[in-house]
Amino acid sequence: MSSKPMDQVTWQEIEPGAILTEPGSARGYNTGDWRSQHPVWTKSRCIRCGVCWTVCPEGGISEEPGGYFDMNTYCKGCGICAKECVTGCISMVPEEE
Amino acid sequence: MDKFGYAQSQKFDTYASRLMPREEYFTSGHRSCQGCGEALAVRWVTKAIGKDAIIAHATGCMEIVSSGWPQTAWMHPWIHVAFENTSAVASGIESALKVLERKGKLKGPMPKVVAMGGDGGTSDIGLQSLSGAMERGHNFTYICWDNEAYMNTGIQRSSSTPYGAMTTTSPPGKLSIGQHTQKKNMVAIAVAHGIPYVATASPSYMFDLYFKVRKALETPGPAYIHVLSVCPTGWRSATDLSVRLGRLAVETGVFPLYEVVDGRYHLTVEVPKMRPVNDYLKPQGRFRHLREKERDFIQRHTLAQYQLLLDKCNATYPEFPVMTEETEEETE
Amino acid sequence: MAHRVGMEVSIAISHAVQMSKAEAIAAYPITPQTHIVEHLSSMVANGELDAEFVNVESEHSAISTCIGMSAAGARTYTATSSQGLALMNEVLYIVSALRLPIVMTVANRALSGPLSIWNDHSDIMGARDIGWIQIFVENGQESFDHSVMAFKIAENHKVLLPTIINLDGFILSHVVEAMEFPDQEMVDKFLPDYHPSYQLDTEKPVTMGAFAMPEVYTEVKMGHQMALTGAYDHILKVWKEWGDLTGRHYQPVEKYKTEGAKILLLTMGCLGEVAEVAVDEMREAGLEVGLLKLRLWRPFPFADLREAVDGAELVIVCDRALSLGGAAPPVLAEVRSAIYDIANRPQTASFVIGLGGRDVDPQAFKNIVAQAQAEAQTGPTQEYHIFGVRG
Repeated sequence: MSSKPMDQVTWQEIEPGAILTEPGSARGYNTGDWRSQHPVWTKSRCIRCGVCWTVCPEGGISEEPGGYFDMNTYCKGCGICAKECVTGCISMVPEEE
Repeated sequence: MDKFGYAQSQKFDTYASRLMPREEYFTSGHRSCQGCGEALAVRWVTKAIGKDAIIAHATGCMEIVSSGWPQTAWMHPWIHVAFENTSAVASGIESALKVLERKGKLKGPMPKVVAMGGDGGTSDIGLQSLSGAMERGHNFTYICWDNEAYMNTGIQRSSSTPYGAMTTTSPPGKLSIGQHTQKKNMVAIAVAHGIPYVATASPSYMFDLYFKVRKALETPGPAYIHVLSVCPTGWRSATDLSVRLGRLAVETGVFPLYEVVDGRYHLTVEVPKMRPVNDYLKPQGRFRHLREKERDFIQRHTLAQYQLLLDKCNATYPEFPVMTEETEEETE
Repeated sequence: MAHRVGMEVSIAISHAVQMSKAEAIAAYPITPQTHIVEHLSSMVANGELDAEFVNVESEHSAISTCIGMSAAGARTYTATSSQGLALMNEVLYIVSALRLPIVMTVANRALSGPLSIWNDHSDIMGARDIGWIQIFVENGQESFDHSVMAFKIAENHKVLLPTIINLDGFILSHVVEAMEFPDQEMVDKFLPDYHPSYQLDTEKPVTMGAFAMPEVYTEVKMGHQMALTGAYDHILKVWKEWGDLTGRHYQPVEKYKTEGAKILLLTMGCLGEVAEVAVDEMREAGLEVGLLKLRLWRPFPFADLREAVDGAELVIVCDRALSLGGAAPPVLAEVRSAIYDIANRPQTASFVIGLGGRDVDPQAFKNIVAQAQAEAQTGPTQEYHIFGVRG
């Protein structure tokens, strides 16, 4: 049912009360389509403090092996991480068309 | 000495971002604007709440961006009913859990009950049900996401909109400087109900916020936390400034971070050298129309209120910014 | 063992709620519902009912708190009237949309303005479309019986709809009647513990109250409509089970002396008992008149009504509320609509009676029948009559 386009769902396929039984199903929506810029880390200056991961409203930054951080598919390109980075090692770079 | 201790004697030994809990309770994929300070707050408050909790949420930005059928960004059991009755719904959940526990029908540990609403759903249309819930002493925590207007419906003013701010229903014009009333003091209203824990918080001070949420949850009875939620869309500020603006709000005294434990005030974030209020106002387009006399008035008023708060906290006065002489024009 | 009692009907309802082992009650007092909630409050205070009783600060909060209670998994009850019901209005639609089996007693009272604490049906007629099951009762025994049955109907996993029991304020809620109470053992067997289909539970988190885009809103409401119309069969099953246990059988449309009746009166609520007296007298005088008492209001019992009016020439619908400026008072509108497509459908006549607690005696019904008969020959003088208005 969740894979069907909304305008094809029948009334029988909707749970009573339109209740949603799959917590976190919003993860199925790629908010990364929105962005017009994205963060790029200069790893040599990154101190792996995790502040960028903390201040992202989207949970759009994930930890990599080695303890560094990088954006994930959900990043909306707001730039808070770059602004708050303690060493200033993040730059915002425009998306390619 | 109150039984919960001062905020300074915190239980955390290490304040390291990367050591904070990784599990997300407000997942990616929600549809908030880029740079939403409120979404950032929800992400961290829900982490602080942890697994065993039930959330009742008012109509508003955070409800709309997170719960469009068929998707939900909430990992907690969560219910949205209407705009003004969140505290009543939470009261019901809390009461039902009590009787279910008595009858041995609860399967796991007793969940915490958390009610959440925006400034509209809290200080305006939701004030009655919040007052009732606090008066009845339910064991729940209320979190107010204060982005200082009815943002979800298009940036209309609320009683939480600060003096001088532009909103679509308090626009500046030939006869108006924008919002002409001061922000309603929800913390004072909560304190007046005699509840054991009240606090202000900001996602720009993550550990302070995290600890306050934990304290509120662990306090038996009603607890209230007022969270300043920077809204780049409504405040007309750059999307990357949302954390910085939250910090400036604290450093200028516009939004002090404090808690009130059993009626006693404690400042939890001290600002040794206050910044002038204009540092906070300038990056926000919603204040751009203000002339010098309004800005001076805001500066004076902010510091007067801050001093009153410091007196209640028994805190020493910091270094204040230099102010010009008060003119007759200002006291309109 | 069932035993006979004599008590005020409001108190009998509290006993029904107590015997049904309601677990969570949130209520705000309003005349004439007050005795119900006061007595429940006292039962809880004395440990006679193990429930949480929350004294909310308004009816809007009462029904909202009930939503929280029911969503968390407790058997939930409340009661209100008139302005209280009106204040709840916005939330009432949400209760049924969320499919929460809350049971509510409405002690029917006139809506302001002007302010009136006395009985008519304007309050519940302002809540026709809320999507709840709605049942009318006309005496103390029915008030008790249907209050217990309401929980069973509402909580059925194939129904899951909140249910309103309508009883007339003061003229029913405040009268002392003789009733038969079953024993607790029988009620426990009839009405087992509440097991929600969905619940706010940390082990199985759900999101309740998502918003719907235009692409799906219609489908969600269709589901709701099908649940409400489909509840008919389950309602009748529960009524039959109760009837087999107690000997008291209930029908969606109750018939009184309708055999061979060419003229039918139609009432809702306890004025039906007054109309019965009038029908007895008119029958004795040789008039072939009968009475229909509409018990099931939502879901509307189309088949039962059509069958009940079969053979009649004139149906006189007695409403207890106005639809100001509208095409017809509420019950007339629905009855007419339901019988419109019958071949050789009976004529209808419409009288609005007993507004704001105005007394209605058997003579009034006899006058109504006489007037309706006259107008059936010559044609109605107006769309509907506000019976007994002076001036």
